[in-house]
Amino acid sequence: MSECSDCPGCGSAAVVELPRSRALKTVALVGPPNSGKTTLFNRLTGLRQKVANFPGVTVEQHSGLAELADGRTVRIVDLPGIYSMAPRSEDEQVAHDVLTGKRGDAPEAVLLVLDSTNLARHLMLAAPILSLGKPTLVILNMADDLRNRGGNLDLKALSAQLGAPVALINARGGEGLGQVFDFLAGAMPKPQPKELPVLQDIPKCRQWAGSVGSKAGYRAPAPPKWTRRLDAVFLHPVAGPVIFILVLYQVFRAIFVAAAPLTDGVKFLFDLSGNWVASALPDSLLRSLLIKGVWQGVGSVVVFLPQVLMLFLFIGILEDSGYLARAALIADRTMAKVGLQGKSFIPLLSAYGCAVPAILATRTIENKRDRYATILIAPFMTCSARLPVYTLLIAAFIPAHPLLGSFLDAQVMALLGLYVLGFLAAVVTARILKSSVLKSVRTPFLLEMPSYRWPTVQSLGLRLLDRATVFLRRAGTVILTVTVILWVMEHLPYSHGKPPEIADSLAGTIGRTIEPAIKPLGFNWKIGIGLLTSLAARETIVSTLGEIYGMDSESHKLELQNALHRDLTPGGAFALLVFFAFAMQCISTIAVVRRETGGWQWPALQFAYMGVLAYAGAFVAAHVIH
Amino acid sequence: MTKKVRKKKRRGLDNQIGQSHTETMLQLSGNSVPLEAVVSSLVDLRKGDAAVLHHIELPGEEARRLMELGFLPGSRITAGFSAPGGDPRVFQVDGSEIALRRETASRLKVTLDRKTGKAGKTGKTPRVP
Repeated sequence: MSECSDCPGCGSAAVVELPRSRALKTVALVGPPNSGKTTLFNRLTGLRQKVANFPGVTVEQHSGLAELADGRTVRIVDLPGIYSMAPRSEDEQVAHDVLTGKRGDAPEAVLLVLDSTNLARHLMLAAPILSLGKPTLVILNMADDLRNRGGNLDLKALSAQLGAPVALINARGGEGLGQVFDFLAGAMPKPQPKELPVLQDIPKCRQWAGSVGSKAGYRAPAPPKWTRRLDAVFLHPVAGPVIFILVLYQVFRAIFVAAAPLTDGVKFLFDLSGNWVASALPDSLLRSLLIKGVWQGVGSVVVFLPQVLMLFLFIGILEDSGYLARAALIADRTMAKVGLQGKSFIPLLSAYGCAVPAILATRTIENKRDRYATILIAPFMTCSARLPVYTLLIAAFIPAHPLLGSFLDAQVMALLGLYVLGFLAAVVTARILKSSVLKSVRTPFLLEMPSYRWPTVQSLGLRLLDRATVFLRRAGTVILTVTVILWVMEHLPYSHGKPPEIADSLAGTIGRTIEPAIKPLGFNWKIGIGLLTSLAARETIVSTLGEIYGMDSESHKLELQNALHRDLTPGGAFALLVFFAFAMQCISTIAVVRRETGGWQWPALQFAYMGVLAYAGAFVAAHVIH
Repeated sequence: MTKKVRKKKRRGLDNQIGQSHTETMLQLSGNSVPLEAVVSSLVDLRKGDAAVLHHIELPGEEARRLMELGFLPGSRITAGFSAPGGDPRVFQVDGSEIALRRETASRLKVTLDRKTGKAGKTGKTPRVP
């Protein structure tokens, strides 16, 4: 420790040094996992990167511009959380490479974000970061928690101890951001070099951090009372798993029951606008394309928007509250049995939303073989794109029939069953992979348990907005394109100024060509066309069927659900559900697997394996139920 | 958890310590001076027990990661809640709560001080000396 540390006025003197006029260009956000870097990033840049209450949400570098009061902009780079400058997993490597300039230009300055409620340990990261020699603002986040739980510290003394400016903020509430902007504007000084501990020696580093903390009068806050109380319930040996299952059941019930009026509302709007367009246009090919193609096709997918949002609302609540980490803990035993670690559980859970971010989230898994195994099984988890297919078929073929009194509902149980089916396929596949090609030594499982927090309405609202945008964008791009192409194929060959009957059209011919291959599964050529289009994205089958039935002279007046009864037996419907549970029908997932594994061999293997399993599963399903 | 249950589990812990001590011929000291620290592993801690970490029996890299999370020799560790079946268990160390599987916890050797074990129940933030 230098002599300077003994003088209490030193830190404040350094802070009021004359501001440099030049604003910083690029600033990196660094800190331990779950310290709130991305929350601060979103605050500074006005962007909306995903945040949640568990370690390892950010796995890539994101950058955005923060606008200063005078209109100048600073590029902010948000990095994955790190515990030290010795990277072990892919996401930590990203942070390390950006900081050392191995990946693009090294940032000019650093915002070191630490959790103020656990300062003594988090300060350990200050040693390697300050020793980079860049201008650094030490940000102590979660000031609200610190105060509420009776913690305290002397900021000036800490600043003097570290030789760097310090700011106490609450990124969630937006408190104390002024100091951060001052730093970005270049109004804060460079760090005064201080004697830092030997970085390799962790006990020394911890001792240094402890002494810095105590010299700054840091009083650790009381342990989070409510977290302990809630854990006593959620991690109770009996109540814990029961609550886990009840929560899950309620989520599915909400998807079916609570979202129903909203779905009806969207449907009503589509019918209304469809009728209006139909009456406004003369009978022409354009009207046919718009009504039978776009409205019937795209519309039949868009009506599922409320259900998809309902699912994401629940996922959001689970993630933001911190319950997800507890769920990972409860599920770890099962994961261990199939040879995976608990860390695989969080990517797998997020695969219930969409497999693409889930595959990115596997970067937090240090062991490469564990990571690949998780990537390979992630698409088995029931993603939100399957939801429209599932709910359509379940609503059409399973009566809303109470089981066990009125406690359980047959439709809800069927949906739950499909989720379980996907999970079982994932577990069995993991077991096979981990005992053969991806066998590895077990690495220690470490999971930091975050404190529980109230999910904010704003954070949940933004998530839903983002998901709605993604869903509608897909409907407006992939699904619309497929729908239009299909419409053209249904109108060829054009003869005598009239389109052919759908069965004789180009699309119908293709469908009938593959019919022999799917006949054993109980599917006819119409379903066959849907299977082909759903290779682009799963929910496309719904728009395709909507479009085909809209075109078909016999069924165009029927509701999609009733029309399905003409083409599918209950056995066929069950087979179709099983097929969708297993098959890898998603171009985006294939692309991201190729990128993350660095070649075509893994996605090819995955596609083939899931395809074979889907075919075999559907075959069995079709023959079990007649 | 009722007091009765905890008492029962405690006895299990004593049995284990007794066994390991017959093997290492330290039975005498272990029995006659019950308050003296004895070497055991994190697995032997029941919910609410506290102990001081002695050393980590893991390869360098893995031990390093644990140390970065606060599992440093000399630090106080309190056993917390666990998943059903007791594995993995959450440990409170250096102000954080970290879940470890049984296989990892068994590599963290601790000195068990039954006097301080009681203090652990109050859930005080463990300190590094």
